[in-house]
Amino acid sequence: AAAGLCPYRALLARRGGALRALCGSVRGLAAGPETHFGFQTVTEAERREKIYRVFESVAKKYDVMNDSMTLGIHRVWKDILVHKMNPSPGTLLLDVAGGTGDIAFRFINYVRSVREHQLQRKLRHHQNLSWQEIAESYQEDKSKSLGDSQVVICDINKEMLKVGKQKAQHLGYSEGLSWVLGNAEELPFDDDKFDVYTIAFGIRNVTRIDLALQEAYRVLKPGGRFLCLEFSQVSNSLLSRLYDLYSFQVIPVLGEVIAGDWKSYQYLVESIRRFPPQEEFKAMIEDAGFFKVDYQNLNSGIVAIHSGFKL
Amino acid sequence: GTARLSRAAPRAGDGRSGEEEEVEEEVEEGCYQLYPGHIPTSPLQKALLAAGSAVMALYDPYRHDMVAVLGETTGCLALPNLRDKMKHHPEGYRILQERPRIRLSTLDMDRLRGLPDGTLGREYVRFLEDNKVSPDTRMPPKFVDDEELAYVIQRYREVHDLMHTLLGMPTNMLGEVVVKWFEAVQTGLPMCVLGAAFGPVRLSARKLQVLATELVPWAIRSGRNASCILNVYYEQRWEQPVESLREEIGIFPPP
Repeated sequence: AAAGLCPYRALLARRGGALRALCGSVRGLAAGPETHFGFQTVTEAERREKIYRVFESVAKKYDVMNDSMTLGIHRVWKDILVHKMNPSPGTLLLDVAGGTGDIAFRFINYVRSVREHQLQRKLRHHQNLSWQEIAESYQEDKSKSLGDSQVVICDINKEMLKVGKQKAQHLGYSEGLSWVLGNAEELPFDDDKFDVYTIAFGIRNVTRIDLALQEAYRVLKPGGRFLCLEFSQVSNSLLSRLYDLYSFQVIPVLGEVIAGDWKSYQYLVESIRRFPPQEEFKAMIEDAGFFKVDYQNLNSGIVAIHSGFKL
Repeated sequence: GTARLSRAAPRAGDGRSGEEEEVEEEVEEGCYQLYPGHIPTSPLQKALLAAGSAVMALYDPYRHDMVAVLGETTGCLALPNLRDKMKHHPEGYRILQERPRIRLSTLDMDRLRGLPDGTLGREYVRFLEDNKVSPDTRMPPKFVDDEELAYVIQRYREVHDLMHTLLGMPTNMLGEVVVKWFEAVQTGLPMCVLGAAFGPVRLSARKLQVLATELVPWAIRSGRNASCILNVYYEQRWEQPVESLREEIGIFPPP
């Protein structure tokens, strides 16, 4: 018979009943609190381990896959995030789950261009200076092309950091960047340190989101801003169905063809479905102590930017 | 919460390929797997995989996994055919029952190396060493939705190196194309046909000439003349001389 179709599904669904009950009772005996890995149920420890392995496996093809899956639109989303942040020179940014450096590089570009505008404006006001004085001012400003802005890129996964560092070298980013291995649920930083905390497409993979939000609150200075860019829920039902179709039918295939890794991308689309919707996530951020919490939907909610302030 | 999940959970035929579905209860991973490594896929996904793997295999010939995926997703007619050929042949039937695997852990390499020159075992080991390949690098099947057919395609992959040995072809591009022509005639797998047709595009003109005038006609004639190569229990024939085995199967001597 044509085995290409899925007659086995009906068969297994019927068989599944007894098996499910057995699995359920085995789960009850499993040690540790339970959580999800995509659509599976696992313990928290298992989840952390599985997610680590997912990113270890995808690290080298992470950027290529992002471009393929989103047809390059993820770059626009990240640009919007940094524009929303509107950092001024001198800002200290902590980019958590920053892996391959996309946000960090955009931050550096942004403050550099802001700095250049500042310098140009300064020069225009000082057109009465002598040539010598102008040349001297170039020297001192050159060493501050970033104006003391700094970004700390923190990621739990060594492979992702490795890829990020290589990328930085390849693209010519050297000053103003620091790479730190760390866990969003327990950051290796002191209280009240950073002006801005960003987490782009990372918080979905954190096992205890509440802890990550608390940590974000802790390490931000008073007046500091929390910004999260993450996949969210699509409200429009037609778009939602197309999005589901694309996510579940196309993305794992892209993962297999481009990265040779179906399962990691299957996890990715499942983890997106598992993440709380906009309002619920907003409430979680408020629970961590942030004020003026708001969100902005991009592409009808495929992606949302949540923002909050520590006062 | 659960409301969201049941909206996201697929209805039958929706074709989500997750390894299990979560409605109200939790399901152990692997409940819908037919064999270890199996990834259930919808027809749409298979079509996309077939197209994507074909393009990727052409673009990057080192992506052997893509050739494997192409074979699995397009083999829905050829594989049952092969399985039936095996079932109706005494030796093939035994292979289907016993499910032998050709792996370094199951082969006694020293014994094979010690066999006289010209025997299947000795020449096979020579082939592996000369070309620096190992039988363990064959991809396990993932997208075949039948456990027995998954074995058939696995057997086909593991027997590929023996095909090289019997045909006397090395593992360079030219040799691989010749073997693909032979396999295309023998198995009817679309992946072999595509590989045979498109493989030569990367060959030089001189090689193409040799291919077209001598090697391919020979491969086709042998393929047509030979009995089904999956019906040979190679593991029980290591001592048999290669020439005798060739004659028995019906492969003409290489040019």
